[in-house]
Amino acid sequence: MSFLQNSLPYILAGISVGGQYALIAIGYTMVYGILRLINFAHGDVFMAAGMFMVFLSASLPLGISIPLVLLITVVLGFIIERVAYKPLRSAPRMSVMISAIGVSYLLQNCALYFTGGLAKVYPQLPWLSDTVSIFSAVTKRVTLITPILTLVLVIGLSMFIKHTKVGMAMRAVSKDFETARLMGIKVNSVISTTFVIGSLLAAVGSLLYFTNYASVTPTSGGMPGLKCFVAAVFGGIGSIPGAVIGAFIIGIAENIIKGLGWTTFSDAFTFALLIVILLVKPTGLFGEKATDKV
Amino acid sequence: MELRKNKRKDSLYTVIALIAMFAVLLVMELTMKSTSILFTVLKKGVIYALVAVSMNLLNGFTGLFSLGQAGFMLIGAYTYAILSMPVSVKLSESVYKYYDCAIGFDLGILPSLLLAGIIAAIFAALIGLPVLRLKSDYLAIATLGFAEILRAFFQWDAMGPVTNGANVLRQYRDLTKVTIPFTDIPFPPTLFCFLVSGICIAIIVLLINSSYGRAFKAIRDDEIAAEAMGINLFKHKELSFVISSFFAGISGAMLAMFQYTVQAAQFKTAMTYEILLIVVIGGIGSITGSCIASFLFIACNEWWLRFLDESSNNILGLNILRSGFRKVVFSIIIMIIVLFFSKGIMGEREFSWNGIRAFLHDPFGLKAKRLKKEAKAGEVNGK
Repeated sequence: MSFLQNSLPYILAGISVGGQYALIAIGYTMVYGILRLINFAHGDVFMAAGMFMVFLSASLPLGISIPLVLLITVVLGFIIERVAYKPLRSAPRMSVMISAIGVSYLLQNCALYFTGGLAKVYPQLPWLSDTVSIFSAVTKRVTLITPILTLVLVIGLSMFIKHTKVGMAMRAVSKDFETARLMGIKVNSVISTTFVIGSLLAAVGSLLYFTNYASVTPTSGGMPGLKCFVAAVFGGIGSIPGAVIGAFIIGIAENIIKGLGWTTFSDAFTFALLIVILLVKPTGLFGEKATDKV
Repeated sequence: MELRKNKRKDSLYTVIALIAMFAVLLVMELTMKSTSILFTVLKKGVIYALVAVSMNLLNGFTGLFSLGQAGFMLIGAYTYAILSMPVSVKLSESVYKYYDCAIGFDLGILPSLLLAGIIAAIFAALIGLPVLRLKSDYLAIATLGFAEILRAFFQWDAMGPVTNGANVLRQYRDLTKVTIPFTDIPFPPTLFCFLVSGICIAIIVLLINSSYGRAFKAIRDDEIAAEAMGINLFKHKELSFVISSFFAGISGAMLAMFQYTVQAAQFKTAMTYEILLIVVIGGIGSITGSCIASFLFIACNEWWLRFLDESSNNILGLNILRSGFRKVVFSIIIMIIVLFFSKGIMGEREFSWNGIRAFLHDPFGLKAKRLKKEAKAGEVNGK
């Protein structure tokens, strides 16, 4: 019982963080699947969503500000794709990646400018921030809601991709960009849709994540962003179930390591895991095997 | 014959220009106030130039997209700080407050600098063994991961007796402690940075122009063709990775000398991104481009755009200018360069006297454009 009491909070926190990571990791994996681009700015979009929430909830009631945050984040993701990635569609892949790094730099500096470099206190969301206790472990309700909400969203997304026309177009584009275009698929609108979905999920993730952590800084998107990318690679980049499973594994492992008192290494562990998986199975858990044609 | 003569003349010009640059620096340092921001920018600029060139060797000349530079700078900075810290400081409480320092000796500035590079290179050799089998994005993310692991490792409690844990290292031999050999006269600090970086960059240039450099470029352009021509891919990639890390280590050590304090928390991924942006702005695959871009980058970041941060400069009662606005403007400039001038300042070209001559003869290619137009018109008329 004492073991349960000691380790349950960490495991619960792990599952919850894993769910939040999963929502961000989906954005990475979908964009990579279609554009073959590591969207380094995605973590900062996630941070920006947190910032929007801080600023909007200061003047508006939560019932309005939450939908507004989702909307603004989606618009932000859409604009980033149109302004920073679309003009470079025929450029070498490295240019696009550098453009992504530039966007990330810009978003962080904008956040720095608007906050003055101070950590902003994230608003308390009623009901979600309430504390509950299960098996005598005390935690916030958001910890319990996150995995459920994540699963619902992921199942919804999978249905969307499997059973709608847009979803079919997405699968086609990620399979073969050029051929999809020849078949009359509007590649640009498919890519925009991908960014919209990715940003929406990142915004939901940020609502859940920052409710747990209580403060937002301009750089608080960096580390979660990288970890979620690692999660996406771990699960096999391009695969949505892979990203979700990878995110849960990383979230839980990270919190267990924190629970063991190795907090310094909780970030490093993620990357060690990444390097091991890249060396043993470079395509990740569920990735498709890619063959290089000469 | 004519060509060779020209080439010899050009290298003579280069040597003269370099000597003139060092002479001007020396005169400036002896006459101007050493606290001037110009010297700060020059010092930091030349340190970043070295690390940018070392990254360019990997990314631009060998085609290995690596994002581990900050990690190797971290190794260099720590190695330098720990080795060059006098034993008396190590034994006292002033730096190693919570640990007993395990390193019982100290070295001079030059041996410490050299060892900083060598230890970074050894780490790189070990990391390179598994990582260099990966390609493009995966290589980038794996090297980035290793840089993060290194950062955690240096902050680890168990490493405390060596690295002082997550605490600051200071009171080692910094730039003000550099003296002219065999005397106690202080060496001009900016000149010292320029000399060390200059020698390192010269070595990299020589390497790129050697047969190894040509092998690197062959790997960049087409790995399979290079392998078919008998180039040992892994050996050359590893060589490029190790050499690049060696110089990143030295530049990290110089950064430590320049800053007076070192802390692992500083060497984040953001630092690697900054260096990558410098390389891109200068032009991937251009040494001179990297050098010019790093001076511009540091000057804009630390000096020229400062006025944007002063709220007293606001006009029309708008409260736009305040702390942090400089960085916003700066990142917008970077985005514009990345989007519209994706080749950077120099593209893949290098600075050359021929280029200068052509520029003086025909600035901005206006004449050539007109000639081309006329030739086209003539062609149409001829038909």
